[in-house]
Amino acid sequence: MIPLAALTMWPMTAQADVTISDGWARASILASRPAAAYLTLRSDEDDQLIGITTPIAGHVTVHGVETDANGVSRMSAIEALKLPSGETVTLAPGGMHLMLMALTEKLEEGTVLPLTLTFASGAKIEISVPVLGPGASGPEKE
Amino acid sequence: MPTEPHETPPKSQLLRSILWAAAFTALAGVAIYSGLEMYLGNGSKNVRYSGEAAIRSEFSLTDHTGQDVTQADYSDRWQMVFFGFTNCPDICPTTLAYMASVIDLLGDDAVKVAPIFITVDPERDTVPVMAEYVSVFHPRLIGLTGTEVQVAEAATNFRTWYERTEDDSAPDGYFMAHGGYVYLMRPDGAFEAVYQEGGQPPEVLAQDILEKL
Repeated sequence: MIPLAALTMWPMTAQADVTISDGWARASILASRPAAAYLTLRSDEDDQLIGITTPIAGHVTVHGVETDANGVSRMSAIEALKLPSGETVTLAPGGMHLMLMALTEKLEEGTVLPLTLTFASGAKIEISVPVLGPGASGPEKE
Repeated sequence: MPTEPHETPPKSQLLRSILWAAAFTALAGVAIYSGLEMYLGNGSKNVRYSGEAAIRSEFSLTDHTGQDVTQADYSDRWQMVFFGFTNCPDICPTTLAYMASVIDLLGDDAVKVAPIFITVDPERDTVPVMAEYVSVFHPRLIGLTGTEVQVAEAATNFRTWYERTEDDSAPDGYFMAHGGYVYLMRPDGAFEAVYQEGGQPPEVLAQDILEKL
């Protein structure tokens, strides 16, 4: 079982100091279906998350979910996730999420998902997040 | 003998009486009509169905074991129904996991409730796909799919809305926008209540259901 300690972060110093915490992913269902990952970001200066890559998925996008007055929800791609200086931005179920598509293999519970996040400031951060169950609702707290 | 200047001849008098009678009847008619309209109008407003009361569990679909089913197959149980699709990585797993928690919280009474997941994307969500998908969340979760027409009919009966939206950033270039409600239906298919996953913790919904059973 991968303990929370697997949430390793190697922040590489760059123009902006971006802190990433509470990263986690949901195991995918069916190799062909997209997986979701969530995390919390905080930048010490105005920045934007502009790209995410991972070796296990061909394509990763930040998606937002909007629910209108009639209760109908639709996803929308967020090209650049704004990180206003000092503000904590959280991606959580029911709201924003990282959508991983074209997975090379099913994302299995109990494994670790490596992600590389690229920011407009030039910062590039590699993280590994634990893969929880497909219906998990939040990061595991110690 | 002086003649009355405006003495009306008998024939015109009769005509005038008829005209007055007609006018009176017309006025009375209008009065009665509007009176009835007001009375009945108000009455019919009271019995007019709200959007929710019109929701009915009525469908002809195929379950995840490949069996053709209708709402009659679940008429011995209450139904907890959610519309979604398997290429939905966020809301659908969240809601189905929530429904699974609720089922578990019902304990021995869980057999009295059928948790049902109906796909709005039958093109990709075939029977084998649904089978694998529902098995992940709960052994008792039922997955329903069918033809586009059957799914549309079911959605109409539940008064739920969905739409295919083209989006290059989505798998296969499209995703389905859909309502996120969980419908609680009585065994006879009548509407009981509607919930949103984020509206109450599973314990509260389970308690709600136990009180109704």
